[in-house]
Amino acid sequence: MSQRIGRQSMFANIDWILVAIYFLLVFVGWINIYAATYTPTSESIFDLDRNSGRQFLWILISMGVALIIILIDAKVYTTFTWVFYGITTVLILLVIFVGTEVSGAKSWLGVGDLGIQPSEFAKITAAMALAKYAGESNRNVEQLRVQIISFILIFVPALIILMQNDTGSALVFVVFLFVLYREGMPGTILWIGLTLIVIFLLTLLFSHWHVIIAISVLTLFMWFFIRRYRKDVLKMVLISFMLSSFSFGVDYIFDNILQPHQKSRIEVLIGTETDLRGAGYNVNQSKIAIGSGGFFGKGFLKGTQTKYKFVPEQSTDFIFCTIGEEWGFLGSFLVIVLFLLLLIRIILLSERQRSRYSRIYGYGIAGVLFTHIAVNIGMTLGLMPVIGIPLPYISYGGSSLIAFTMMLFIFIKLDMNRQNIV
Amino acid sequence: MKKVYSARQNVIILMFLIVGILYVFRLFYIQVIDDSWEISSRKNALRNKVQYPSRGLVYDRFGELLVYNEATYDLMVIPNQVVEMDTMELASLLDLTLDEVREKLRRARAYSPFASSIFEKQISKETYGFIEEKLYKYPGFFVQARTLRYYPKPIAAHTLGYIGEVNDRILQEKPYYRMGDYIGVSGIEKSYENQLRGRKGVRVMMVDVHNREQGSFREGEFDTVAIPGINIWSSIDMKLQEYGEMLMKNKKGSIVAIEPKTGEVLCIVSSPSYDPNLMVGRNRSSNYLKLLRDSINKPLFNRALMATYPPGSTFKMANALIALQEGVIEPTTKFTCDHGFVFGNLRVGCHNHPSPTDVISSVQYSCNAYYCKVFRQIIDNRKKYKNTREAYNKWREYVLNMGFGVTYDTDLPYELRGNVPTAEYYDRYHGKNRWKSLSIISLAIGQGEMGTTPLQLANFAATIANKGYYVRPHVVKAIGCRDSLNRKYSEKVYTGIDAIHYESIIQGMVNAVTAGTAARSKIKNITSAGKTGTAQNPHGKDHALYIAFAPVEDPKIAISVVVENAGFGGVWAAPIASLMIEYYINRSVDWVDMENNIKNANLMNN
Repeated sequence: MSQRIGRQSMFANIDWILVAIYFLLVFVGWINIYAATYTPTSESIFDLDRNSGRQFLWILISMGVALIIILIDAKVYTTFTWVFYGITTVLILLVIFVGTEVSGAKSWLGVGDLGIQPSEFAKITAAMALAKYAGESNRNVEQLRVQIISFILIFVPALIILMQNDTGSALVFVVFLFVLYREGMPGTILWIGLTLIVIFLLTLLFSHWHVIIAISVLTLFMWFFIRRYRKDVLKMVLISFMLSSFSFGVDYIFDNILQPHQKSRIEVLIGTETDLRGAGYNVNQSKIAIGSGGFFGKGFLKGTQTKYKFVPEQSTDFIFCTIGEEWGFLGSFLVIVLFLLLLIRIILLSERQRSRYSRIYGYGIAGVLFTHIAVNIGMTLGLMPVIGIPLPYISYGGSSLIAFTMMLFIFIKLDMNRQNIV
Repeated sequence: MKKVYSARQNVIILMFLIVGILYVFRLFYIQVIDDSWEISSRKNALRNKVQYPSRGLVYDRFGELLVYNEATYDLMVIPNQVVEMDTMELASLLDLTLDEVREKLRRARAYSPFASSIFEKQISKETYGFIEEKLYKYPGFFVQARTLRYYPKPIAAHTLGYIGEVNDRILQEKPYYRMGDYIGVSGIEKSYENQLRGRKGVRVMMVDVHNREQGSFREGEFDTVAIPGINIWSSIDMKLQEYGEMLMKNKKGSIVAIEPKTGEVLCIVSSPSYDPNLMVGRNRSSNYLKLLRDSINKPLFNRALMATYPPGSTFKMANALIALQEGVIEPTTKFTCDHGFVFGNLRVGCHNHPSPTDVISSVQYSCNAYYCKVFRQIIDNRKKYKNTREAYNKWREYVLNMGFGVTYDTDLPYELRGNVPTAEYYDRYHGKNRWKSLSIISLAIGQGEMGTTPLQLANFAATIANKGYYVRPHVVKAIGCRDSLNRKYSEKVYTGIDAIHYESIIQGMVNAVTAGTAARSKIKNITSAGKTGTAQNPHGKDHALYIAFAPVEDPKIAISVVVENAGFGGVWAAPIASLMIEYYINRSVDWVDMENNIKNANLMNN
């Protein structure tokens, strides 16, 4: 009797919608990992020699971790935020010195046969740290000082991860800007960011001279036709000069600082590089796999492109190809819808939090998840450069699954606790 | 008052939705609208593996195997799938030089970068074993099982023919064939290509990125089964063929034997010949070139169908038959022979024999004078024809009807028609209408411009045996099952000469064997009818000819024998024919002395 009450209270206020979406995604991931490496002589989906069998193990461990997170008092997360942040920061630093290198990036810490990727966990603690700092009742994100300290909290781990040569994971941290935007950071910062991205792409597509001329023409045009800019000649000249120098700088960085593989990935994306045997191979094969799926797909285990290894990294970074090939437009569409539901649900739950910590944390993980989803799926569709970051809950991999599970269930736990102000 | 930014959640949700919708549109475009990815995926992962049917077997008339198949392997290449590889290792595996490997790749690419073509053909089983293990290192290469033709006995090369890889012209004309396919190039292989080849099947196989096969695509839903080629029963008598080739060893010439009632060809010997097994396997092209360059023996030249000789005295029966049919002579009509035919300055010599002769004895003794006179009777018959040209044209019509100067549309390729000169030819030679019977008197005794092939001579013997018709000679009895042969090979073609006229001719030929020009070729217990001939040869010693059929009461074999540069037909040609007849009818030869005599004779350098 008492046990029943205990269990009831244990899951009281839990958001079953998020939990259901989580289980659906994990299941979709698991069977597609099985399909991606399936051979006609294949053993069971539980075979530990196969990715699908090991993933099942990771799923069990993740569920255990989720359960523990639910059981622990929510105060633990908020109170020890700095401790967690410190631990992951030390770990990612450690990786630079004693980490093992996997395909160019030194982001793994070996523990016996198993390896963990601390950067996956650093994303969680960064979200927590941001929530902790900016969520204090006396902090106002409109203030420049608060913004700067927030930036530092975000970009310290990002820089360390960049030093591991894991550009993809480092880029994910940029998304925390959106969280600050929600908390009151001026929107102009986002606008500036967006403008810089556009200039960045245009510079690579054309040359910086074209872009600089375009900026000058546009400035003159605005000055001439829009009355309210008339007065600010100096300001406008300054801005257009800064933008021009940025464009020039991009060209310089691209030609002199980026490494060849990074350069060619961007070139493939913007279409200036079409070497289908070289850097363009992955994306082309990925598009072939997804494109050949048609509306209804080839059917479970019937795909040929991923299974026969035309697509690289078929169970990790390119797992979406298997979904696209075997389940077609219908399946891919449903997976995208599932992800959108997850993200929107997290945002909606965040907004109902009384604690700013919970809200900022919720936005933080929604941003991290969104970046992973958008970059990963975008990459398989040829809309994003090839950046090796996993598709949350679906890609094969222990660290990533456990980290994303922790990320989500900490939020679920915080949400369960929404009645109590932390 | 602190500003509340909760409205900004909408901006963020909107951003999620925009990206989501953008991706869904992109998905819809590449998955549903643009189907080029589907095609690329098939190119990637599916390989159409041609299933080659086994080619039909060829049996002789008694069911003895003449041609069969043996497994071999071709190394195929799809140039577009070839990646950088260890060319050195590949070259050494195949025992090729680096340049050869590059050249082969270049040629395959020139044919098609996407379709497979033969890289190295007919790899031995041992090499195949080595290569198969290492093949994973060479994407774009795979091994295709094929069959090769084998011949249990090294005989009948010309008749059986051979198969060869299709060339560019065939590829363009006949869409069934793909680069590297084999096609019958000559003989039965060519004539019955469509039946023998069967139908290729396709297995759609899935391959992985390393080009390793991963099994059948959709459980073989798109596969078609290869249909094996149809077996063929040839009319050739393997034993007789072998015996004939043995007799003709070290002689130039040919033997053609036909079953008169059916037109079935019993044997075609063209000597010198070659072992058909030379035309198979990796050394084929070098063997072929060797045979092709042998300009003295010309082993590839099928004399039986393509060499033309003046028929000489064997043609005399034709003139006798025409004269009888035209009514210009009776069987009893006699002409004298003054050791030849003399008219003014013209003289056609003859040898010593009783004179005068009638039709029977003229054939028996092969009297030249008799036939010169008979020929003049035909051509100068002004009662019926108003001029030489008209009479000649009528004569020529008879000759053509008897099977000279025409092809029989037989099932052997490259059959030549020989030559029976036209009136227009003589017009050109002598001036329009300025020729008369004496100008063309050599036709009386089958010399001059007349050209006949050994096949035509044997067919002529068959028309005599049949008393007035022949069935188009053919080498195939049945395709797949009995009574499956083209109807044209069972129709009788009539010569236009009444059967009654053949009686005295046949009697003359029987007498020739018993006590005439062919007396050397009498066969114990078998009555045969024969006629010797000597084809004048401006380039050297005359060619010996002989035509015959036997048994006279119920002819089972009609035969022609040509031995080049062997002089008078009675000496070499007639005994060979007799041995063949004896062997065919009795399945053994009693006349061992003659057999040895002929076997050991070398007439190559006459």
